[in-house]
Amino acid sequence: MNRISRLVAAAAMAFSLATPALAQIGGPVTGTPSNPITTPGSADELELMKALNGGRIAGRVSIPDAQSASLIQPEGREWRDFHNKTLTWVGGIAVLGMLAILAIFYLSKGRIRIDAGPAGRTIKRFNGFERAAHWMTATSFVVLGLSGLNLTFGRYLLLPIIGPEAFTAVSLWGKIAHNYLAFPFTLGIVLLFLVWVKDNIPNKVDVAWFKAGGGLLGRGHNHPESGRFNGGQKMVFWITVLGGALVAASGYILIFPFAVTDIAGMQLAHIVHGVLSVLMVAAMIAHIYIGSVGMEGAFDAMGSGEVDLNWAKEHHSLWVEEEMAKARETIGGPAGAKAAGAD
Amino acid sequence: MARMKFLCDSDRCIECNACVTACKNEHEVPWGINRRRVVTINDGRPGERSISMACMHCTDAPCAAVCPVSCFYTTADAIVLHDKDLCIGCGYCFYACPFGAPQYPRVGNFGGRGKMDKCTYCAGGPQQDGTMVEYAQYGSNRIAEGKLPLCAEMCSTKALLAGDGEMIATIYRERVSKRGYGAGAWGWRTAYRENVGA
Repeated sequence: MNRISRLVAAAAMAFSLATPALAQIGGPVTGTPSNPITTPGSADELELMKALNGGRIAGRVSIPDAQSASLIQPEGREWRDFHNKTLTWVGGIAVLGMLAILAIFYLSKGRIRIDAGPAGRTIKRFNGFERAAHWMTATSFVVLGLSGLNLTFGRYLLLPIIGPEAFTAVSLWGKIAHNYLAFPFTLGIVLLFLVWVKDNIPNKVDVAWFKAGGGLLGRGHNHPESGRFNGGQKMVFWITVLGGALVAASGYILIFPFAVTDIAGMQLAHIVHGVLSVLMVAAMIAHIYIGSVGMEGAFDAMGSGEVDLNWAKEHHSLWVEEEMAKARETIGGPAGAKAAGAD
Repeated sequence: MARMKFLCDSDRCIECNACVTACKNEHEVPWGINRRRVVTINDGRPGERSISMACMHCTDAPCAAVCPVSCFYTTADAIVLHDKDLCIGCGYCFYACPFGAPQYPRVGNFGGRGKMDKCTYCAGGPQQDGTMVEYAQYGSNRIAEGKLPLCAEMCSTKALLAGDGEMIATIYRERVSKRGYGAGAWGWRTAYRENVGA
């Protein structure tokens, strides 16, 4: 009896619980469901809104790659414009413009000669260590620059000539070289900074040097005086050190993808890297010109390290005086006596 | 010829990740690479939506525009594919892609990138259709067999649609008008410069 009453009670309870459920299942669905009204807007509206705000749409993913949580990043479009338009134009104008300026200069003024003619005697300008540091930086820079320019301009200039397979081979080796040579380049920048910074602090002499038109535009035989490095060389030094440091820093961000930053940071790093690099390439073309065909006697400074005395007197008068004074002290002769080779 | 597109109905996607798994299995996609993924936005909040995302095979594809070696090409069905023999793994396509589709195996120096891998719309690559060479590089070529991408084919809620753009847009519009809510497909404005109005 007891058991039966319990069963009946249980059945009654079960029925009473089931009744509303039955009503729900069986009942007609009318009108629009109220639940999805909470949607903050359609996918299209949301996407448009985000795109207009320049924002990225991101969420959560169950795969371990956090990068993939980004659903739509409209910034990619701006980066595309930068890469395909801005960088191409800035790079093209900077590099071709510099080449054009140098060509015009060479054709109109020709090679800058040593006014007094070669003295035949030389003075030590750069020691072996300085030259080694310079050439390590320089050779890495040339390969880095060419492989970098190839990534921006190669598809327009080189690809149609050598064909896709050969161009991929060149670009792939260029990429590997670009990655590895980043390290000697950076080391070179650090070494050059350490050995030359004390002679590259801008001063009043540089102002006068620039006013006089420097070494390139200077009229006739009036060479503006200058210390170990003239205003132009100091400019090259600071372009190399500061530009090189920024290019290296942004380059290391790019070389280790997403190690320190996200997609927006990578895009920014590429923009900084690209613009500074093409400007540095343009500056270094001028540096190479004046250090080789542009000026008689200039290459020896980085070649043998020994420059002609007359060249040194014309371009670095104050530095020659200092060196002479040092030489006199070393010899220990009477004041006013001329050291051998001083005249 | 058809203009192939993907459409993910975020009102239907239940984040089961079966599309992701099916893709990985169908193409033997290597460890660490996901050609397709499911992103959940507003997770745990009102308006939570899951969207299955892969390469959208864009009109005027940004990846192709920025590629320094021009390794991308578009098929007659408007599927955006690339030649892995030409790719140098520079990573530019990832910076330009709005959908984060390009993936790179970490094989290069400094944990850098190998040759890019992305959704092929199950259409293989430039190699001969249906060969082992093609399969090893790009995965299976279902399009050559007259089939649609597997992710969409096996989607249990039919949230993910693949096929001719006009056709899947029509299906979606019918759905929207019938159920009375939800409009617009994620990524369409960005990928195809158009939307699917209800």
